[in-house]
Amino acid sequence: MNRRPVFLLTVLAFGFAFFYVPILSMIIYSFNRSRLATVWGGFSLDWYGKLFHNRQIIDAALLSLEIALVSATLATILGTMAGIALARFRHFRGRTLFSGFITAPLIMPEVITGISMLMLFILMANWIGWPEKRGFMTVTIAHITFSMTYVATIVQARLSSTDHSVEEAAMDLGAKPWQVLRDVTLPIIAPAIGSGWLLALTISLDDVVISSFTTGPGSTTLPILIWSKVKLGVTPDINALASLIILIVTVAVIAAGVIMARADRKREADIQRAIKDNG
Amino acid sequence: MMEERARQAEDGAGFIRIENVSKSFGSFKAVDEVSLSISKGELFALLGGSGCGKTTLLRMLAGFETPDAGRIFIDGQDMAGVAPYDRPVNMMFQSYALFPHMTVEGNIGYGLKYEAMSDAERKDRVREMLELVQLTPLAGRKPHQISGGQRQRVALARALARQPKLLLLDEPLGALDKKLREHTQFELMNIQYKTGVTFVVVTHDQEEAMTLANRIAVMDKGVVRQIGSPTEIYENPKSRFVADFIGSINRFAAAIVYVKDGIAVLDCAELGQPLQARAEDGFEPGMRVTAAVRPEKITISRERPEAGNVLSAVVHDLGYFGKDSLYRLQLPTGKMISASVVNTRRAGENERIAQWDDAVFLAFDPASVILLRD
Repeated sequence: MNRRPVFLLTVLAFGFAFFYVPILSMIIYSFNRSRLATVWGGFSLDWYGKLFHNRQIIDAALLSLEIALVSATLATILGTMAGIALARFRHFRGRTLFSGFITAPLIMPEVITGISMLMLFILMANWIGWPEKRGFMTVTIAHITFSMTYVATIVQARLSSTDHSVEEAAMDLGAKPWQVLRDVTLPIIAPAIGSGWLLALTISLDDVVISSFTTGPGSTTLPILIWSKVKLGVTPDINALASLIILIVTVAVIAAGVIMARADRKREADIQRAIKDNG
Repeated sequence: MMEERARQAEDGAGFIRIENVSKSFGSFKAVDEVSLSISKGELFALLGGSGCGKTTLLRMLAGFETPDAGRIFIDGQDMAGVAPYDRPVNMMFQSYALFPHMTVEGNIGYGLKYEAMSDAERKDRVREMLELVQLTPLAGRKPHQISGGQRQRVALARALARQPKLLLLDEPLGALDKKLREHTQFELMNIQYKTGVTFVVVTHDQEEAMTLANRIAVMDKGVVRQIGSPTEIYENPKSRFVADFIGSINRFAAAIVYVKDGIAVLDCAELGQPLQARAEDGFEPGMRVTAAVRPEKITISRERPEAGNVLSAVVHDLGYFGKDSLYRLQLPTGKMISASVVNTRRAGENERIAQWDDAVFLAFDPASVILLRD
């Protein structure tokens, strides 16, 4: 059978085109000399230069990064605790309810989460005078609320698939529960915690909806800024910014892939060596 | 409590005492009023099928489960309310449960981490344990870098490092292949002898229990059916359950007709002729009993032999296992009997003692017949 599966290749080509043609055209137009985003006026790096002199964009990017780092870290701590509770404490009162509450934000429309957070902040400001104004703090809290759900789910899945007797063994060998957590449980679920943190970071970095509801004057995150700029028409500097983000993401993904492939190869080699030694 | 300790120290009996211990999970009675006493330095096996309660009992000794009722004493100390990390007990888990992120050395030394001892002592102990299980060259490896048999030895060394009063082993040989099992079995016994630690082994494998342990408790549905040495359990089962569970056995419904000169004569419809058995206390004429004979106690011959019980039969089927052969034979009454023959002679397929459909004589001694109350 040497007939090429023409149909499948066509579908594949269309699929890839669907994903990447918009991105490619955006990257190409980021080098456009023309001020009009959709008219080609020759090659230029001007927009990249202007980008680095645009305080507004740089401030927004820094704010987004700051919110992402803080909220991802706190969400990871809270989410890990919730994940461990869900995976390890089999019987406690209201377990099903707790588990439902943890996963509900995953399926809740963002608009609803955004509105309810906004309502909460307004009511709290009225009753206890905090938060005085909405901004960094309120956006961060909102981000923690929904991203810890993802962390909890990842950690729970990882723990459920690991052998509980490893933790029992540590306890059997004289470790008190908190020592078991520190010495055994946390090291075992470290990869899950790491990927949970990365996911929380990503979710926070590109969130528009919830951030728009919970932010206030003077605290504009990068996605909100891009969104508001685009409303006035796509400009080449936004194309340049987006291209830079894509570059960073691509480099990060490739680096992660290479590191993981190396670790896999090393593990494989170790196993081979162990088998040989034994034989 | 001091007097109690002094009393036990005399002979080491009752080093571990389990008194009327029960445990239920929901409506399922996992362990039902079990009482056991294990001496110091014993290699004791809890044997039974899955769901018989042996693992639950083990986990109660380790402190992972709390008994609903009853008490457990280890070296005279009541274990009620004592957490797993405070018990003088260590466990070797069925899955070994090694810490994947620690080296072999780190695994073995983990139990000493929270012990009050100097770093030098700790190092010495780890070295000693590595030597005991012959893993010194692999001290720096991670668990995924060593073989299954080596992992088993790491788990053993880790559990022994704290010098527990009691070592619990959950299916210690279950994950090993057949060749490695035999070797490891003797290694375990050797290590138990060297360290003098009391071992309690949980297993579903009767061969494992018989070769490892000096005493076995056969469990079924949360109850201990019989406790005894491997020989007692095998040659003198006290119930049909134990007789069936350990090895294979031929059973016949029978009734005792009379007892004379130490021989009980039984009426047995399934055999179509009377059966002779060695008389035992508690078995009186008129009683309905089950008579049982192990396959290897029955001999097969072409000529009619002189023996207490001789039956004629036809070979229905035979299986060749190398060192022995198992015959399925049919009596004139239609009853099937199993007999195993050790292949003491080198013989080709056509030189067997009997072939399919051959008429043969079966013989067994009255002393080989086990009498079980119905």
